[in-house]
Amino acid sequence: MAEYRLKTPLTNEDIQKLQIGDQVLLTGTIYMARDAAHKRMVDLLEANQPLPVDLRNEIIFYAGPCPPKPGQIIGPVAPTTAFRMDPYAPAMYEYGVKGTIGKGPRRDMIKQACKQFGAISFAAIGGLSTILSRRVTAVEVVAYEDLGPEAIRRLEVEDFPLLVAYDAHGQDLYTQEIAKYENFNKNANKEVGI
Amino acid sequence: MRIVHVDQIVETVAKLCWEACYYLPEDVLAGFRRAEKTEASPIGKTILQQLLENADEAKVNHMPYCHDTGMAVVFVEVGQDVHITGGNFLDSIQEGVRTGYREGYLRKSVVGDPLIRVNTGDNTPAVVHTEIVPGDQIKFTVLPKGGGSENMSAMKFLLPGEGMQGVKNFVLQTIKEAGGKACPPVVVGVGIGGSFDKVTSLAKHAVLREIGVHHHEPHIAQLEKELLEEINNTGIGPQGLGGTSTALWVPIETYACHITALPVAVNIQCHAARKKSAVL
Repeated sequence: MAEYRLKTPLTNEDIQKLQIGDQVLLTGTIYMARDAAHKRMVDLLEANQPLPVDLRNEIIFYAGPCPPKPGQIIGPVAPTTAFRMDPYAPAMYEYGVKGTIGKGPRRDMIKQACKQFGAISFAAIGGLSTILSRRVTAVEVVAYEDLGPEAIRRLEVEDFPLLVAYDAHGQDLYTQEIAKYENFNKNANKEVGI
Repeated sequence: MRIVHVDQIVETVAKLCWEACYYLPEDVLAGFRRAEKTEASPIGKTILQQLLENADEAKVNHMPYCHDTGMAVVFVEVGQDVHITGGNFLDSIQEGVRTGYREGYLRKSVVGDPLIRVNTGDNTPAVVHTEIVPGDQIKFTVLPKGGGSENMSAMKFLLPGEGMQGVKNFVLQTIKEAGGKACPPVVVGVGIGGSFDKVTSLAKHAVLREIGVHHHEPHIAQLEKELLEEINNTGIGPQGLGGTSTALWVPIETYACHITALPVAVNIQCHAARKKSAVL
């Protein structure tokens, strides 16, 4: 499990070298979009219409922040549950999105889509909102302002901490790690004869 | 008879909303510390350390611990000797939520119609549970309930003969299906008995119980212990990234039920296990 400091946009070389469990500190531009924005964007893709923002070669952060207090750049923010974006994600990867940031396991279709389209599904820690908000240096609403916390925002981030959860080689970190700890305490107790 | 003005209700509920979101309760922090000591997975251990650090930063800077400041669930116990003046009681609770979410810079996460889905912009309406109790006080408890874990909750009618083992199987199945999606380490609120509506209410009330406190009935306390151990043997771990700390606690609440029925409900509470009470 390697550690990398990467800058956006991620290159195909970056994507191919990343393996599940690798830790990435990401610096550069990412785009925030979640349920309602994805529904609108995938409807546009299906109708062969352009998206309101060019997201080819970009990274999407599945999240919606709290409002900033006076003097803050952004309010607390951390990823939302990624699996709710599963119905939209393969179309977004096919369109050219190179990575997504969410929390929690996803359906097998995501593993296949990451491999097929050369993309990464990253995990960040859900609810780590105060800490993660400090890694955001700029934010701007760029589309769907009417969606409030669900609007598309462009973010500048610095050393934003990520884990590679699904890589471009068809591997899945969640399944691998859970298998290591299933019945871990039960087995440990057996070994010491409890 | 005691007189309470609605302005006091607005002020109390507003403060509870942001206090709950900024300051994680001590029993939850103690749960994180215990889990961090025993966690077998290095990834899981790091996550628990970061959650403690995040709670500390939120507290020091008076900011929400988690950006999903939830749909507000407000439990109110109204003493039967209280007379409310100055306006409508339920409206004052909604006004309290509106004020608290605005002044606390909390996220507005509520859509007015579940199918049309337009954000109401002020996080109302809250879900309000009111109970009339003896006395001349009003107790308010605000539970800002995040969507990720609420989505993974479930309810089922078992056959009466399925008993204890049936309940265990259903709770475990629900937790396995939720996995990392419910933002573990979680608190697993379980309701057993009652009716279709009562059992989910029991599960929700269970989430309010302090971590570390078992049910007063020995057989239910035993079930809580066994379920906690079995849930922590699933391997799911913090954030579903593997480990031995999937749940911090498994509080169970029970109620009488019909001879034909054994209803069971599981209300999952993510690690942002916020709750805050005040008495007027």
